[in-house]
Amino acid sequence: MKLQKNTVLALYSVLEFAANPGRQYSAAEVARKYRVSPHHLAKVLRTLGRAGLVGAVRGVGGGYRFAGNARRLTLMDVIELFEEISVPRRAGPRAARRHPGAEQGVAAPFELEDALGVVLKEIDEIAKATFRSITIDTMLKLVERRRGAR
Amino acid sequence: MISRKKSGNPPVRKAVQARVRDAREGDLEQVIEIDTVVTGLRKAEYWADILLRYGDGRRQRHFLVAEAADRIEGFVIGEVRDWEFGSAPCGWVFAISVRPDARLGGLGTQMLQAICDCFRREGVSKLRTILSRDNPLVLSFFRSQGMMAAPFIPLEKDL
Repeated sequence: MKLQKNTVLALYSVLEFAANPGRQYSAAEVARKYRVSPHHLAKVLRTLGRAGLVGAVRGVGGGYRFAGNARRLTLMDVIELFEEISVPRRAGPRAARRHPGAEQGVAAPFELEDALGVVLKEIDEIAKATFRSITIDTMLKLVERRRGAR
Repeated sequence: MISRKKSGNPPVRKAVQARVRDAREGDLEQVIEIDTVVTGLRKAEYWADILLRYGDGRRQRHFLVAEAADRIEGFVIGEVRDWEFGSAPCGWVFAISVRPDARLGGLGTQMLQAICDCFRREGVSKLRTILSRDNPLVLSFFRSQGMMAAPFIPLEKDL
């Protein structure tokens, strides 16, 4: 399972903000911490802002802060703002063509594409269920446990 | 049978102080009532059988209820299972439910902790459960309790 760069950056930003909900962060500060360009981060934060997950305060001393409900907001809520974890409606050649191997122009007999589509759909559904079941609050607890385990 | 919690964004409630204890025969009607409200299906015979098999603090089997102000607010049921699927003995929770109007007060957490204590006393160091993947709210509850995916994959086929 690999998430796109913007998605990962969005998850890190939300977790960073939610860990200190009263604090305001500048985009430059977050960009420095995660070693990304402020321009790149700003685009991600705009998307999060439009979704109501972060609030922006403009002007000197402005910045971003968490505006969501950490006990309700799930990883999936953030991820689906940036990418689709594809779950074809049904298995079959159309579904299979949406997957990377097929998109590379590999032609396969119907039954092979169909069978591969079934397996890929199964994996996608498990991934989506996992992302839907983990809230930002739960992730913050997991971060704490992992920190304690080091 | 893990009960589904309703979706939405209700306000956070104050923690409910409940006494978690073994279920007794006198609790049965309230347990049936909670389950009926949550699942929409009344299963009186099923619950009478569950009480018979899991009630009264039997060894390795636990049927606990959360009682607050003389009312049963929720229940949890589980057991220690030995060497199933090659697994060392572990505690399984197969039902947990809280009255809809008593949710978000920490009762689920209190009941889960209580049954975990029972399992620990019986020498078990692993808790497991299984539930539908299209039930994100109850999945979220177990996740919030620190549960992670187990190294097992449930399988099924049509017969």
